[in-house]
Amino acid sequence: MDYFVNVTITGLTQGMIYSAFALALVLIWRSTRIVNFAQGSMAAATTFIALALIQAGASYWVALIVALVSGFVLGAVIERVIIRPVEGGPELNAVIVTLGLFVAIQALIAIIFGSSFQSFPTPFGVRGFELGDTTIPLTPTNLYVIAAVLVTMALLVALFRFTRIGLAMRASAFSQEVARLLGVKVGGMLTLGWGLAAVVGSLSGLLIAGGTFVYPAYMDSLIVFGFVAAIIGGLDSPVGAIVGGLILGLALSYVSGYAPRGSALVTISALVILIGVLLVRPGGLFSSSTARRA
Amino acid sequence: MAENHGATAVSAAGKSGTAAGTRLLEVENLTSAYGPVRALDGVSLSAEAGRITAVLGANGAGKTTLLRTISGLVRPVSGTVLLDGQDITKAPVESMVGKGMAHVPEGRGVIAELTVDENLRVGSLFRGKVGKGEFDRVYDLFPRIAERKNNAAHTLSGGERQMLVIGRALLAQPRILLLDEPSLGLAPRIVAQIFGLLRQLVDSEGLSVLLVEQNARSALSVADVGVVLNLGRVVVTDSASTLMGDEDLRHAYLGF
Repeated sequence: MDYFVNVTITGLTQGMIYSAFALALVLIWRSTRIVNFAQGSMAAATTFIALALIQAGASYWVALIVALVSGFVLGAVIERVIIRPVEGGPELNAVIVTLGLFVAIQALIAIIFGSSFQSFPTPFGVRGFELGDTTIPLTPTNLYVIAAVLVTMALLVALFRFTRIGLAMRASAFSQEVARLLGVKVGGMLTLGWGLAAVVGSLSGLLIAGGTFVYPAYMDSLIVFGFVAAIIGGLDSPVGAIVGGLILGLALSYVSGYAPRGSALVTISALVILIGVLLVRPGGLFSSSTARRA
Repeated sequence: MAENHGATAVSAAGKSGTAAGTRLLEVENLTSAYGPVRALDGVSLSAEAGRITAVLGANGAGKTTLLRTISGLVRPVSGTVLLDGQDITKAPVESMVGKGMAHVPEGRGVIAELTVDENLRVGSLFRGKVGKGEFDRVYDLFPRIAERKNNAAHTLSGGERQMLVIGRALLAQPRILLLDEPSLGLAPRIVAQIFGLLRQLVDSEGLSVLLVEQNARSALSVADVGVVLNLGRVVVTDSASTLMGDEDLRHAYLGF
């Protein structure tokens, strides 16, 4: 029983991080119809900025804030300078550009920060809480990861649902031309959207790095799982991204914890789940085929 | 629809100081092209303040391109667009609504994923804070969309969508309203209601309308002035009643 709870909590924690990464992809896809393959590299870059600060003596929290802010700036600048010229053009152009960015940013990280393995700290312990004599499998780090993602998502929901700028961003995402005719400065909204998505992506990078080692390509497995989560949910749906991430996190944790030679099967089971979902619902679990009609 | 509310309901044209009959929107020698194809070929026309001007013509006459060029969605090859004497030919699309021109595009431009209320709010975003009273007035004007306030806009019928986008445009307090085929796909009864309401807004609130329609009979019945467009050129401009009476012209270009 203890073991089951342990595996479940690990799955939930991982799933939260997948959800955050998937959400970053969904935010960009919804607003610009571009799959941002560079999301992982961008997140890695901000994690290395945080690491440099921590190594220079800054606290984890200062480093976290600076990393998230630089994530925002990086996302906004990339949209404005590199993505804008290919927006609305042939889809393949944007794909090639974000793939190019993926490789370029990763190389840049190696040049600036080196390509060796470096340990990344976590602000909380990884030992379970103690209740009397028994140690429960929930650790402070688990709680921190789950809370960080939940708080970020709540803030995003509040922004989109309850603020004027959130409404302008949604209008721009759903219908650029109508939004422009109504006086919404769509270009600015897209830049802002990329910035916010990069913040969420950066958060997932910082969380997955906590307590482990980072190197320029350390995000690669998260990129795979994040994409699978986003597609399971249906690329168009923020709720889908979150549910997709949690489903994937739990499923992979059970595979790794219970199947014989489980850890070797993790990546392949992600693909099996992906194919299974796409066979049953080709648009993803939360796709809406009727909504997108003017 | 609430005909009895209409007269006092919306203070459209709030900032209009332009006297009725003066040229509010002037299009001079406008040429627009998609590649080698000229959709507009030297079009000149004007929309007067406090009047409904209907641009008529068959599919492909250039009606939609005309509106899209006026609001900046299509950049002209040559020619100018003046709004109240100010050259807006090169102004950004986003700035048009602030200058007093609201364009309801082809296919109505409902944002399907947002609720009815959110659609209205997007229409007033550029003005900053807008009092609840103005939204209530739009809902008074269109009780049918008031009932569906919190529903996603994609659940609305065609007529309700048309009411929503007109209400949304009115929240921008425009001096001139550009409407692209509002009658398309609507039952004749609904078309009559919507045109009747436009007439009321124009007569009582001093709103000006530039209407593009394939449904020439309905459009001429509500318009003051008609402009007939054929293959990107203006064929004739005259009062709506004169055009209505010209049987040869109606047969040749208007299909009725």
